[in-house]
Amino acid sequence: MATLSDLPLLVLATLAKVVVVLVVLLTAIAYIVWMERKVVARIQSRWGPYLVGPHGLLQPVADGLKFLFKEDIVPDKVDRPIFWLAPFLAFTLAFLSISVIPFGESVTIAGHTIPFQITDLNVGLLFVLAVTSLGVYGVALAGWSSNSKFPLFGGLRSSAQLISYELSLGLAVVGVVMIAGSLSLREIVEQQRGLWNIVKQPIGFLLYFTAAIAETNRTPFDLPEAESELVGGYHTEYSSFKFAMFFMAEYANMVTVSCLATSLFFGGWLGPVFGPPLLRAILPVLWFALKVLAFLFVYIWIRGTLPRFRYDQLMSFGWRFMLPVALLNVLGTSLILAWRSV
Amino acid sequence: MIAPLFYIFAGLAIVAGLSVVLQRTPVYSALSLILVLCTLAVIYLLLGAEFLAVVQVIVYAGAIMVLFVFVIMLLNARQEAPTDRSRFARRLGLPLLALFLAEILFVVLDYFSGAVFAPGQAFDAGPHAVGSLLFRNYVLPFEVTSILILVAVMGAVVLAKKQL
Amino acid sequence: MVPVSHVLALSVILFGLGAAGFIVRRNIITIFMCIELMLNAVNLAFIAFSRYLGNLDGQIFVFFVIVVAAAEAAVGLAIIIAVQRNRQTLSIDDLDSMKM
Repeated sequence: MATLSDLPLLVLATLAKVVVVLVVLLTAIAYIVWMERKVVARIQSRWGPYLVGPHGLLQPVADGLKFLFKEDIVPDKVDRPIFWLAPFLAFTLAFLSISVIPFGESVTIAGHTIPFQITDLNVGLLFVLAVTSLGVYGVALAGWSSNSKFPLFGGLRSSAQLISYELSLGLAVVGVVMIAGSLSLREIVEQQRGLWNIVKQPIGFLLYFTAAIAETNRTPFDLPEAESELVGGYHTEYSSFKFAMFFMAEYANMVTVSCLATSLFFGGWLGPVFGPPLLRAILPVLWFALKVLAFLFVYIWIRGTLPRFRYDQLMSFGWRFMLPVALLNVLGTSLILAWRSV
Repeated sequence: MIAPLFYIFAGLAIVAGLSVVLQRTPVYSALSLILVLCTLAVIYLLLGAEFLAVVQVIVYAGAIMVLFVFVIMLLNARQEAPTDRSRFARRLGLPLLALFLAEILFVVLDYFSGAVFAPGQAFDAGPHAVGSLLFRNYVLPFEVTSILILVAVMGAVVLAKKQL
Repeated sequence: MVPVSHVLALSVILFGLGAAGFIVRRNIITIFMCIELMLNAVNLAFIAFSRYLGNLDGQIFVFFVIVVAAAEAAVGLAIIIAVQRNRQTLSIDDLDSMKM
């Protein structure tokens, strides 16, 4: 337990962790975009970015510079305060849920043990769900404030999709919570030392991943922002930096979802650990990063392979298939757990 | 540590509450109400109710207010203009309300003048404690409210239909 | 730690703001939002008392208040949509008679 005299050190350690995580996350987002363009290109039998830097590795840098220097066009009749608020809201909320994710075990520096997690809330999983719930506003307000038909419809459709799949997302992880007996993400990972949750909750994992793809507005659930359907959807009227914020928010959400999927179902940072203490501290983080990268690859793979759902198919899938299956999963898990404890 | 945080968020809640009441555009009122809900969630955390704080954000700020925002956007609610009736209400109702509230405030401040919260973690208000109380002592109200929500969902669908 | 009376004073002030908005405003949706503000003020009072008396029942009550507020919001907003469709107005000054 931290005491009052530990407070300055605690604040310093937390600030350092926040800075490191932010820097890593921003770089990761830039290079996930690169990875996506390369992987989708290869799936479609073409090269992808090739010219800027070796194998297009400097493409994200070029794109970032482009976003900074592009002209910022704001249409006349938009609701200015909300027009400015929406991308910042989406961006902030996307980066907020990373703060409860455990990246690794802990490292001991000068007698103080610092866990590889910005903060371990004992309602950590609910915190992530709460931030996801609030994320609906970024989309809805962006669509409304643009004062134009396509963004409004795109925003409303996207918000309706988000709140529908939020239910299945929440219910899919209830099984994991029941098995672990705790909502704290670190404890859920610790519980998987014997056997990963994917073995105990396969249906829960499939439900979670599908709902997560819908929550992050990715193919095959990306109708609200598909170019051929609604121009740009809720971010039609946004340009340059504000559009970049929506873009980064979407990829940050992808990263959060992948981190959560590894923590909840694939044992988080658990993996073979050996060697001197420094290696012992770094290896769990490495295993975590590899698992998250695998998930991001699956995300991009699905994007390159599957066609888009129509909006009514999307909604009926969420309400008529995923919700009942999630409820049955909760029922089945609780029956098995009750049977075991008898 | 807790006291200055409480006063900051209490001030924010009051400013946001004023904004809910005074804004001309319904969308700004809705956003201010969301701000009130989030500041109240932080105050619940400061008072030790960790599960309810998160439930407040997920359910109230994240679902109920989304309903409000949707309806405001779909009905294209415009700015409202002051009318004769509202002037009458303002002249008669507000002074009476202020009197009533001053009376409640006086009684509350007087009766609880010396009371302080027990320092530290007075009791466990995590999901486990709230859940076991909810599903043991209060299971009947729980089931009744689930039927209530079912009725509300059916009612909302029927009421908002274009043709029955 | 904060004295109990301060938390209750915040609850009373928020309730008062909600009630004032309920009395003065003319737009139905804004009135509805002031009702929600009043409900939240009451929730705060419940949680303050729950902490003061060390009894978790206050928080259970808040749980039920939130749930009932959700049900009420759903039905109320559906009624508002139906009213807007039939009368083309959202001002309660124009909605004061049952005649079509």
